[in-house]
Amino acid sequence: MARASARKLSRRRFLVDTARTASGVALFGLGVGLYAKRSESLPATAIRPPGAGAEGDFLGACIRCGLCVRDCPYDTLKLALPEEPVATGTPFFEARKIPCEMCEDIPCVKACPTGALDKNLTDIDQARMGLAVLIDQENCLNFLGLRCDVCYRVCPLIDKAITLEPRHNVRSGMHALFIPVVHSEACTGCGKCEHACVLDQAAIKVLPDRLAKGELGRHYRVGWKEKQRAGGSLVTPDVEHRYNLPEGMEYDYEGQGLKRKGADTPFPDNPLDSLNRKSGGRP
Amino acid sequence: MSPLHPGREAVLAKGWWRAHKWLLLRRTSQFGILALFLAGPWFGWWIVKGNLASSLTLDVLPLTDPYVLLQSFLAGHAVAATAILGAAIVTVFYLLVGGRVYCSWVCPLNLVTDAAAWLRRRLNIKGSARMSRQTRYWVLGLTFLLALLTGTLAWEMVNPVSMFHRGLIFGLGFAWAIILGVFLFDLFVLRQGWCGHVCPVGAFYGLLTVPSLVRVSAAQREKCDDCMDCFAVCPEPQVIRPALKGAEQGIGPVIRSPQCTNCGRCIDVCALDVFRFATRFHSATKPHIRVAQNKEVSS
Repeated sequence: MARASARKLSRRRFLVDTARTASGVALFGLGVGLYAKRSESLPATAIRPPGAGAEGDFLGACIRCGLCVRDCPYDTLKLALPEEPVATGTPFFEARKIPCEMCEDIPCVKACPTGALDKNLTDIDQARMGLAVLIDQENCLNFLGLRCDVCYRVCPLIDKAITLEPRHNVRSGMHALFIPVVHSEACTGCGKCEHACVLDQAAIKVLPDRLAKGELGRHYRVGWKEKQRAGGSLVTPDVEHRYNLPEGMEYDYEGQGLKRKGADTPFPDNPLDSLNRKSGGRP
Repeated sequence: MSPLHPGREAVLAKGWWRAHKWLLLRRTSQFGILALFLAGPWFGWWIVKGNLASSLTLDVLPLTDPYVLLQSFLAGHAVAATAILGAAIVTVFYLLVGGRVYCSWVCPLNLVTDAAAWLRRRLNIKGSARMSRQTRYWVLGLTFLLALLTGTLAWEMVNPVSMFHRGLIFGLGFAWAIILGVFLFDLFVLRQGWCGHVCPVGAFYGLLTVPSLVRVSAAQREKCDDCMDCFAVCPEPQVIRPALKGAEQGIGPVIRSPQCTNCGRCIDVCALDVFRFATRFHSATKPHIRVAQNKEVSS
């Protein structure tokens, strides 16, 4: 009887002790788990090294050894400190401080022992660390009509990732704006443009794709692409539009607008002729 | 026995150097490994790159922590060959020398918790919270579960062990506060709290200890005069009793517990040289001989 109750007591004690440990550890785990979940949101200014996958995958693959940091010749990469808003110990860089120099041999990817930085990335031009976005179109000097062009000039993929597109300068009425335009199919997100931007606060910034890009609904179809793919209109053929133009004139859709039939342009080849043109008279 | 100064008798009997032999070797190992990692960033001598999670020695030898790699695997990452090779080398090494050799000979946090344990003895702090020493295995399971559920290395966000080593090499930041927390926890809250109760890294390496080759053996346990110095300095004192006092129950002299860290401090502080390093097979033949000897002595 006494032994039975003693055994019962020890079983009771065992169960209570086990429950105590288990619930303590579970609470601890809840804290760690929630903290880890929160840490998954990478701040927009932190850029992962080339070859890193989506943030969720990367945090499961990177073991925080820092070998990529060691082999980065430009000290671009660093490991996140516990107080930084990036998952502790993981490598990242901030373009405005030190951008990625896009080494051709990609030493950071080679150094990664776990494949968190994808070894299949052998051409640095194929890296997609983020996407440059000309965020501030009010203060960008090129938007103001000046010829800064610095982001365009420093771009390692000049004329592919960033091009300058001439636009009419409405303010002056007679000048051109040279608008830097980023092309997502070529931009690697290296951040050299953001680093070089001459403004106190960069007008062009590298953002993660999820912030930089919109996405069409998956059901969405663009008519002209479908038409091209099908080799013809999928709906009733368009009626050809006709303009009621003045006699002897035609319309150039490519940009010259209304012009004399047959003539390349209403303006003479020599611009001085236009300037010296007497009012009322035609050359 | 001198509870505030365990090992005093050993110093008198064997001299200071022999009474601190394994401690000094251990500290040399701990600081030596740190020095190898720091030689690169400090002096540009790149002998070892990386940190304990994964490193590259002399640009050829990859070493990877199997524990962190296992978490990565559970998080759903297809781990690359280099890391698997590195983890295999590390695993084989610890299977030979004892898994928790990582804890006592390599881990930098051991310096912190050893300091806390030393201060606790010197200040004669007796009070301690109650926590099962099995808690660490629950925490170990938890870290794997978190990796599985979150798909990230959730534990590595807060792991003081990797945080401290990485911090020493790559910059500590605010991690010093977490390390201080571990120190104070060990000093005031729970005796041998972190390494002996909570740490899942130690629990994992303890699992490698189970079949490992090199073990501490109470080879001359019949000489023990119950001074208790070994119990006073041992970071896992519960592992000693079966080996030291188990002769009559037919338990071998080898400390078989996966919790023993092979730190060798018991060897140092024993004035009578009861303990020594041996292989795990030491137990297979010795108990029989010891029993026979004991009989001869008593007859």
